[in-house]
Amino acid sequence: MSRVLSLAEAVESVVRDGDTVSMEGFTHLIPHAAGHEVIRQGRKHLTLIRMTPDLIYDQMIGMGCADRLVFSWGGNPGVGSLHRLRDAIENGWPHKLEIEEHSHAAMANAYEAGAAGLPCAVFRGYIGTDLPKVNPKIKSITCPYTGEKLATVPAHRPDAAVIHALKADREGNVLLEGILGVQKEAVLAAKRSLVTVEEVVDDFGPRSLNACILPSWTVSAIAVVPGGAFPSYAQGYYTRFNAFYKEWDGISRERDSFLAWMKENVLGKTPDVFAAHVRALRIAAE
Amino acid sequence: MSAAYKPNEIMTIAAARALRNEDVCFVGIGMPSAASNVARLTHAPGITLIYESGTVATKPTVLPLSIGDGELCDTALTTVSVPEMFRYWLQGGRITVGFLGGAQIDKYANLNTTVVGPYDKPKVRLPGGGGAPEIANSCGEIFIIMAQGKRGFVGKLDFVTSLGHGEGGKHREKLGVKTKGPTRLVTDLCIFEPDPETKEMTVVSIHPGVTREQIQDNTGWQVRYANKVAETAPPTAQELDVLRELHARTARAHGEAAQKE
Repeated sequence: MSRVLSLAEAVESVVRDGDTVSMEGFTHLIPHAAGHEVIRQGRKHLTLIRMTPDLIYDQMIGMGCADRLVFSWGGNPGVGSLHRLRDAIENGWPHKLEIEEHSHAAMANAYEAGAAGLPCAVFRGYIGTDLPKVNPKIKSITCPYTGEKLATVPAHRPDAAVIHALKADREGNVLLEGILGVQKEAVLAAKRSLVTVEEVVDDFGPRSLNACILPSWTVSAIAVVPGGAFPSYAQGYYTRFNAFYKEWDGISRERDSFLAWMKENVLGKTPDVFAAHVRALRIAAE
Repeated sequence: MSAAYKPNEIMTIAAARALRNEDVCFVGIGMPSAASNVARLTHAPGITLIYESGTVATKPTVLPLSIGDGELCDTALTTVSVPEMFRYWLQGGRITVGFLGGAQIDKYANLNTTVVGPYDKPKVRLPGGGGAPEIANSCGEIFIIMAQGKRGFVGKLDFVTSLGHGEGGKHREKLGVKTKGPTRLVTDLCIFEPDPETKEMTVVSIHPGVTREQIQDNTGWQVRYANKVAETAPPTAQELDVLRELHARTARAHGEAAQKE
């Protein structure tokens, strides 16, 4: 059963030094507040899995939390590079970062295989690309029925999955709506999971009969962090703060400006700042 | 007359024209997204636009900055999970056209979005493949939109992120790929299509006022031309209006969000 904890307690109990961690959210619902808490607690030697490292991993990599990154698209969406990720790969700053690079299809399939309790994912992929030459985990398998050669990658089985969702109810069930990404798969594939939510409600109320719900017994810890996805967004609560994604390009370009920003906005702050960040972006209740 | 539109406007509009009303298009972010939405707002109102974030039949009024802006979900017919998107819809063969851009392209329309220089010691680390490696092989055909220049149009790619026509000829078939691959490459100077035999990307149409010398100067291989080379029809007033209004709405939407903080 999930336990409702403060974000600091939740991160402390779910994310440990040396863990393989998936902090997912496909553009939508990226758990930024949890990322900041991992940085504040000084987690080290993490293997970070995420389809799109985005600003959340750019920050964690720049602050030295990660030894390894497993990913499929490492840019700042619509803006350009993730400068901290590039500095780590190109120059080994703040230390060397090992990478394991995939395609989106492979990552999505690997999460699904992890959730399904399978050792590997099988799909039609990677044909004619150079990725298998640089990633020895990409292998192939022959279909025993048709003889077709298919790609295979190991299932993702993270120690910890961290996601942001819209709401939890009093029993600790969790509701997601909108762009769902791979969060359900990441949580079900992981040994431990932490879900930050916008709010806790008595009852989810009217909803689709097929709503995406993670039952309480699939989640280890819940922390209530309004605005916790900022500058990503939460469908129906606040919009994506595209301007900050653009601003990050300048902040993160140089090591000094990056470190100054982290000190000012993360190290010396608490999760409460996220509610203030999204105040202006809140979608007015209809 | 030639001052009436910019090179990137004719590029976007020429790319938009290639899309058909009945297409189901897997849309990349940036220029492919602009071109696909111009098509939807002009000659192809029935087109189905799909973004890899899982949004199916989306009709954004402004262009998204990312592949998963809320706008895409708000205006979609339905939104599916990312594993479902890649497994059922893309791999399942439901997409007629994949619309891609890239950092580097070669004469067989193979694309590199991974790295400039050696993989282990990169000169420039690019974002990587994302959805492209499987989009390139699972969609019925591929359209590519890229501004032309010697840095991007290279003799040899540093890394093949997604397969075009490989080494040419029947290379795709030999690899067991059943889809057509890149059938059209639209740049700010001209339009290429693959030669039916060699599969080398060959110029079939040149934008008004552009010379063959200009095309060659911006290409890292010896450019070939089809026997009949057309002149690209200039953008119509309606096409330009739609494109410019789309960009203006987008700038306003993103700007307004910025002012709120």
